[in-house]
Amino acid sequence: MKVSYYPGCTLKTKAKHLEDSALASLAALGVDVRELPRWNCCGAVHSLADDDLIHHVAPVRDLVRAMDEGSDRLVTLCSMCYNSLARANLLMRNDEVKRKTINDFMTEENDYHGEVEVEHLITFLRDTLGWDNLRAKLKAPLTGMKIASYYGCTLVRPKDVAIEPASGRVINEFVEALGARAVDFGASTVCCGSYQVLAHPDSVTEVVGRIIQSATDAGADALILSCPLCEYNLVKNQEELLQKQKIARRLPVFYFSQLLAMALGLGPESYRPDMNDAASVEFLKSKNFPVGSTAIRP
Amino acid sequence: MAIEISEKTIKHEFIEKINQLSAQDISMCFQCGTCGGACPMSARMATLPRKIMRMLQLGMEERILELETGWECASCHACTVNCPRGIDLARVMEAVRLLVLRKNINKIEPSRLPAAAVRELPQIALVSGFRKLTS
Ligand code: SF4
Ligand code: SF4
Repeated sequence: MKVSYYPGCTLKTKAKHLEDSALASLAALGVDVRELPRWNCCGAVHSLADDDLIHHVAPVRDLVRAMDEGSDRLVTLCSMCYNSLARANLLMRNDEVKRKTINDFMTEENDYHGEVEVEHLITFLRDTLGWDNLRAKLKAPLTGMKIASYYGCTLVRPKDVAIEPASGRVINEFVEALGARAVDFGASTVCCGSYQVLAHPDSVTEVVGRIIQSATDAGADALILSCPLCEYNLVKNQEELLQKQKIARRLPVFYFSQLLAMALGLGPESYRPDMNDAASVEFLKSKNFPVGSTAIRP
Repeated sequence: MAIEISEKTIKHEFIEKINQLSAQDISMCFQCGTCGGACPMSARMATLPRKIMRMLQLGMEERILELETGWECASCHACTVNCPRGIDLARVMEAVRLLVLRKNINKIEPSRLPAAAVRELPQIALVSGFRKLTS
């Protein structure tokens, strides 16, 4: 099995802590994934209009590149990339007419029919490594931590691309494999408001307040996620929500891969707390995890 | 405000266009309101998705295109997965937006976003926002 890795734009800058911690963890686990030698932005969102095919070309091109590399699988970390690649893939598999139009349009690329499997790192870890093997490799299990897994929308909706449709608890299983306690909370699949941060930031603040308070009420010490836009919305709004007394306290927010790197005993150069906000860094200190240089993000 | 609804006011072409763009049949909606209950943005919406569906069924083109609802939608698909009639409402919302965007009207002006926000926002926020809210 050959596996390609698709990082996406945000992981090279604003979400470097998502990429660095994941790649360092995979190296420590002995899992070989190679970044696609050439890739473009996936488009971040799937086009929903029936007559709009041009916007499917970007993600399909990435899938073609993975196929040309001889890969069966394309692994992603960012939830939005996962969603747009997986949906474009299903379209190319299932819609004969649209597939032909898109293939005919891409004159420089090989024809694509959905040959590659798009997978999120969490399910990839479960299926290739298995939770028991992961457990056996931990050097610093997160015993005693109570972690809320925030799925948001793009890992679970629409249903045909849900990373794990059966139980919907695969990130909770990951948390438990790391030795922490998975905290169920009502708002784990409530959307954070997404790109409405540009047009309706107050609506985003309102819904973020509900999500944070729901996780806090359920007893979580921290929340994990895999989407840089969720991370931005969930971190950015907390100070205002706290001042307006819409949330009881600041809730630390991490990428799932940061927790993985920590549990594997890797250092802060791998889990990159320098890119987290102050409240999250304080939490790490309280749990005696080295944080390296001081946080710069308010 | 009184609203006149008659065979003369119903814009059948508009209904047809929405059905085509969204690949949905809006006549399927039976007005249960499950969509608004599931919608994360509904707390601050003046007009809930259910009402949009009714207005669409009645072909109220001008009124619908003036409303904010489609622009408040975050394309989260919570309505879609919960609709008991199997309507993919996220696609209907996209169709409503596109009828405006395709007249070259932008909902947000990228050049007017504060520079500090542009520096700070993750790329996927800008890419997805521009895809959904600009022409
Ligand atoms: S959930 Fe479906 S049937 Fe119910 S009001 Fe919304 S669109 Fe109509
Ligand atoms: S897709 Fe839009 S209308 Fe539907 S629940 Fe999400 S935000 Fe609301």
